[in-house]
Amino acid sequence: MQCPKCRGAMRTYERNGVHIDQCDGCRGIFLDYGELETLTRMESQWSQSHAAPPPPPPPPVHGAPAWGAPHHGGHYGHHRQRSWVGMLFST
Amino acid sequence: MSDSDDLIDELLRIGARYGDAPAEVLPTRPDVIIVRAGSIVVKAHAPGAAEAPLVERMRAVARPALRGIMLEPLTEEVAVVHDRLVTVWPAGVPVDHRDPDAAPWEAAARLLARLHAVPARELPSLPAAGGPARVAATVARLDGDSAAERVVRRALACLPALDAGPGSPTHGDWHMGQLVRLPGGWILIDVDDLGIGDPAWDLARPAAWFAAGLLEPEVWHRFLGAYRAAGGLAAGAGADPWERLDLPAQAMTVQLTAAAVATAKREGRPLDEVEQVLIDTCQRIVQLRSACHSVPTQ
Repeated sequence: MQCPKCRGAMRTYERNGVHIDQCDGCRGIFLDYGELETLTRMESQWSQSHAAPPPPPPPPVHGAPAWGAPHHGGHYGHHRQRSWVGMLFST
Repeated sequence: MSDSDDLIDELLRIGARYGDAPAEVLPTRPDVIIVRAGSIVVKAHAPGAAEAPLVERMRAVARPALRGIMLEPLTEEVAVVHDRLVTVWPAGVPVDHRDPDAAPWEAAARLLARLHAVPARELPSLPAAGGPARVAATVARLDGDSAAERVVRRALACLPALDAGPGSPTHGDWHMGQLVRLPGGWILIDVDDLGIGDPAWDLARPAAWFAAGLLEPEVWHRFLGAYRAAGGLAAGAGADPWERLDLPAQAMTVQLTAAAVATAKREGRPLDEVEQVLIDTCQRIVQLRSACHSVPTQ
């Protein structure tokens, strides 16, 4: 088979069931029909098996909603802040 | 002389008629005017307030069923002065803003529990409670496109439709400014949002403050405990109050954030730490609600 780009000779390799034709001259690679999809599938399987598992959801704070402040107790120091007192007393 | 001077002059005259001391204007929120004359106050309600629902609400608070729970007016009459609705009330002592730690959380909780337990049949017909409508109205007043304003709008868009629904007598706009002390003890004030609706909305502000991490857990549990001990059912009877409080508290977080963003903008300053805490809470609401609603893409 001749390289469609530089007309050099192409050599056939097989890697994990995928046929790859590589040009001896320009090192370009030719894939048969369906081989690109096979590679994509293999890549996603690899990344799924190697990716870190999703972090477990934080345990629910007793008596607090899931959308609440993550570390209850962080903001009470701002207690005398004008905006907090204003909010406490106004519509 | 401006229209507002004319209005205040007329309120001072009404104050002098009902009161027992020289009338003076008290500081309050910008859309309301309060004139005090000794032991009474005259209130000009917000511009554009509808007369028919206020008349119904005034009738309700004049009923014995609400005596000792909500402040009884001097007269049921709703006057119209320069296009503003005007009512007359006994004056009480508000909660001290300089000492928020001394705020009467338990007394407030017990009053709300009593209000929620009043059978609707003992009251004249009442409009829908005002809480849910206030959320959308407060967000709608944001007129910019800052990152904070976009977060607020997204959080509101994530929530299911809000309505007062069926329920019980509900204050509709409860916070620590809605309580005054009379010789007989603390009492709820402000009829403007009183109506029938889900009473969980009356717990929504403290619930939102607690969830955001602004109100100490100890204070929240004192408030909720006193409410439940007084027979209040708005947070359900089971162990988890959030089954009932979740949506009203999320909606109230959106409203509080919208109001805070508007205040910071009006004052021409960046958000302070407390206001940023509210924005962060809105963002968590968006994340949680979006996670619930999202569908796999393949």
